[in-house]
Amino acid sequence: MMEIPNELSYSKDHEWVKIEGNIATIGITYHASDSLGDVVYVDVITSRDNLNQFDKFGEIESVKAVSDLYLPLGGKIMEINEDLNNNPQYINDDCYNKGWIIKLEVNNLDEMKNLLNAEEYKKNLE
Amino acid sequence: MKQKASPYIPTTNEDQFQMLKEIGVNSFHDLLNDLPQNYIWPNIKLKEMLSEPELTEYFKETSKLNNVVNTNTSFLGAGAYNHYVPSTVQAMIQRGEFLTSYTPYQPEASQGTLQVGFEFQSLVSQLFEMEVCNAGMYDGPTALAEGALMACRIKNNDKIIVHESVSERFLEILKSYTKWQNIDILKFNEVNFSEDTEYACLLVQSPNYLGEIEDVESLSNLIHKKNGLLVQHTYPTSLGLLKPPGKLNADISTAEGQSLGVPLSLGGPYIGILTCKKEFIRQLPGRIIGKTVDENGKTAYALTLQTREQHIRRERATSNICTSTQLIGLMVAVYLATLGPLGLKKISEICYHRAHYLSKEISKISGFKIISKNFFNEFVIEVPIDPKIINEFLLKNKIEGGLDVSKNKQNFLMFAVTELNTPEEINRTIEILKKV
Amino acid sequence: MSKKEIKLLMDQSKKGRKSINLPEIGVKKSDLPDKKFLRSELILPEISQLDLIRYFTNLSSLNYSIDTNFYPLGSCTMKYNPKINEQIASYEGYAKSHPNQTEENIQGSLKIIFELQEELGEITGLPGVSLAPLAGAQGEYAGLLIAREYQKINVMNEKSVALIPDSAHGTNPASASMAGLESVTVKTTKEGDIDIDDLRSKANEKTSVLMLTLPSTLGLFERNILEITEIVHKAGGLVYADGANLNALLGITRFGDLGIDICHSNLHKTFSTPHGGGGPGSGPVMVTKQLSKYLPSPHIIKENSKYKIVSPENSIGRINGFFGSFGIILRAYVYIRSLGIEGLKEISENAIINANYIQEKLKGHYDLASSRHCMHETVLSANKQKLNGVKALDIAKKLLDEGFHAPTMYFPLIVEEALMIEPTETESKETIDDFIETMIKISSLASNDPEKITSAPKNLPVGRLDEAQAARNPILTWKQ
Repeated sequence: MMEIPNELSYSKDHEWVKIEGNIATIGITYHASDSLGDVVYVDVITSRDNLNQFDKFGEIESVKAVSDLYLPLGGKIMEINEDLNNNPQYINDDCYNKGWIIKLEVNNLDEMKNLLNAEEYKKNLE
Repeated sequence: MKQKASPYIPTTNEDQFQMLKEIGVNSFHDLLNDLPQNYIWPNIKLKEMLSEPELTEYFKETSKLNNVVNTNTSFLGAGAYNHYVPSTVQAMIQRGEFLTSYTPYQPEASQGTLQVGFEFQSLVSQLFEMEVCNAGMYDGPTALAEGALMACRIKNNDKIIVHESVSERFLEILKSYTKWQNIDILKFNEVNFSEDTEYACLLVQSPNYLGEIEDVESLSNLIHKKNGLLVQHTYPTSLGLLKPPGKLNADISTAEGQSLGVPLSLGGPYIGILTCKKEFIRQLPGRIIGKTVDENGKTAYALTLQTREQHIRRERATSNICTSTQLIGLMVAVYLATLGPLGLKKISEICYHRAHYLSKEISKISGFKIISKNFFNEFVIEVPIDPKIINEFLLKNKIEGGLDVSKNKQNFLMFAVTELNTPEEINRTIEILKKV
Repeated sequence: MSKKEIKLLMDQSKKGRKSINLPEIGVKKSDLPDKKFLRSELILPEISQLDLIRYFTNLSSLNYSIDTNFYPLGSCTMKYNPKINEQIASYEGYAKSHPNQTEENIQGSLKIIFELQEELGEITGLPGVSLAPLAGAQGEYAGLLIAREYQKINVMNEKSVALIPDSAHGTNPASASMAGLESVTVKTTKEGDIDIDDLRSKANEKTSVLMLTLPSTLGLFERNILEITEIVHKAGGLVYADGANLNALLGITRFGDLGIDICHSNLHKTFSTPHGGGGPGSGPVMVTKQLSKYLPSPHIIKENSKYKIVSPENSIGRINGFFGSFGIILRAYVYIRSLGIEGLKEISENAIINANYIQEKLKGHYDLASSRHCMHETVLSANKQKLNGVKALDIAKKLLDEGFHAPTMYFPLIVEEALMIEPTETESKETIDDFIETMIKISSLASNDPEKITSAPKNLPVGRLDEAQAARNPILTWKQ
């Protein structure tokens, strides 16, 4: 089953975004977590500087693969999901809720136009 | 029936004919169509092939060109030490199941190698009192260089300070490892620690390259104030007596593992020991073995944190190291288990007391002066004449003398003493030195 | 193979037991250093000698090894490791020679190093040889340092790129990074050759080296090799050959003759020294005459029938503590002398025949990465089997159950569900036929009863491991 919740936005790099005010919650999609396999470690850069849309903000590792994380929107990282330190499997088990990775203060919501909606993301996967 | 030249190929001419037929070619040459035909079957001149008895003869004779004196009368050290290799170690590395197995990428068929590697990591960590250790690097100096690079990654800083205790040779290897990576290597006495600058690490060797025990604790306090890591290179045998790196606040500690049951063999193969605090494991290069369970819940061991390594992370790997030194790790694990805590302490004490005895007796000889102060088992003596002449004289008496470490027109010899230097031979050496 | 859990040494330890008697101090004791330098506690196992021997012997029985099993492990060349190599390496004259002895006292060991240098230079057609590198990856790194030093001295400072085919081993880009080079990937064509157009578009004045594995990791000989070396040379770069697959070329062709400037060889692959469960290895680096003055230090030369330790004129310097893996160098030299050129030719001939035989027999059952004749190894794909839910990994585990070590899986990266098979020359037709039969049986099980494969292994000391747990919560020592 390929879960792609309708209410979220997506990047082509398989990150999802949920917007509340000017704060974006960001994680990786089910498709991404499924193709990585068992996630064992998430490493997010600690920089509190302003980052641009599609900048690398970390890495995610499974047993035998490592993949870069890219910011779907530009902004400042406000919070990192500390629960993932001890429970990286949240990304496999519940990627859209407990498996969120960062919260970002968004610079410019106009950048949303560079993202995909659920329908478009699904098409992109096909 | 014609046989092959090689005794290691079981394919008979009949087999070969059959196989080529099944492949659907007329001759072996037909399998080489992809090769540039002007460049195949070159004329290669090698030495003649030898039968097995001839091989043993040739290599036995060649080995005699080495002047290897009785092991109890060699005083050479400086990075490789003449220690006893227990029978248990010899017996275990001869087992083909260890010797001829592959890197344990298939854990279900490699639990032997993996559990031994886990023992190596455990026992070495205990000896160093460091939290973790990888499964082995190439040798001591490359472990030190990788330890320094590791500190640079952890601190995201490209300045390495090298203390004067570190051997010039290690420094040369460090330079080869860092040359193209925009890393600054600074000498300790040229660093102004009162400035605000931060550093990746300070490298210190204790016992140092001339045998002296350094005050590592003070140095670690100093570098920690600069937000850097303390990397201590040490001599594992000394840790039976001396305070281990973990207790000296080292963040990373490296060593040449040769002294723990590995033959001298002209400098290799040896094993590099690389230990660190647990928080740094994701920047630790090389293989790491972890404990886990199988699908039935049974304890099992596997290579872990493999995403650090070149076969997964490629150009962004922690190091390019692939083949390392698992078999030498087996030797070290068997050695440490054979000696146990009391055995290692005893070896360490023998080395210390015999070395100090020899140094005192030599310094009683007129013209000989001890330079070292606070040393473990290796010390420097100022000698009245060219050290070469002394060593030649010793060799005539079947004694391999010390290493010539002369500096600035001063004649210096460095002696290393181990449990293999018997009291009788030490006394005989003293008597012979008196006649120089 | 025992299925019982074997307790760690520390869990077997009991105070009062020991494995060895040591001598007494035997001289007048001296004062110890200040207390702040002394150790207060040391925890190591206390074990009797029999328990110790039993422990390690029982552990050894949990391993597959060449002495006990066939390893069709592609790119690793798991050939028989002759026992004479081990016997000779244990001769006292070699085992007890100290690396800091003066030149005149180690003439025997230096002679071995020198003679192997000569033989490897002749075999590869690259006469500048250094045996210093301690493994293949260190040989690669030394090779790149040589290229960079040469280019620096000849003022070609703009060089910053290593061109690396997408089929390459991971050590290539990792070594390039250590040498400060950016890795740029060159594509492979469907037929398994380097994409010449892609290479042309990427080879330019920034190219320091092209790192090429020959034969490639697909087990194929690069058909355009002469054109490739010419393109790189015209762009002002050097060609580096990863000699991991040299077992296919002995006496058949030589790197140096094909326009290659630098290569390394893994003595623990081609030249039969034991893998030891993952080392020690040895990775000599070979270069053209022109580049030989950049070789690492120390280097051994022969002058007036004496062997001398020198540092080449523009040496890249030391890359490790002493002379390299002497014990391994010695074994490899014994091997070469036990075969001569006739024996070496037989190696590659039979390695290539064995691989093609397997490829031919299995091509109806598994997809092939390429339909060309292979060299010493063949790459299959389990894509067909995957349709029934059987992945390359499952086939690998089932083979373990059947008494064969698994092939190399999921490599090269450009082949989906890759199974890379290298039989080597030392396996008999009977063993190879047995392996082929097993592979065919697995393929038919994949369609009829896939569960039998996906649940393997069942016959080994442990079942499939929870590797995710091992990485999420690393337990790396007994104490933890």
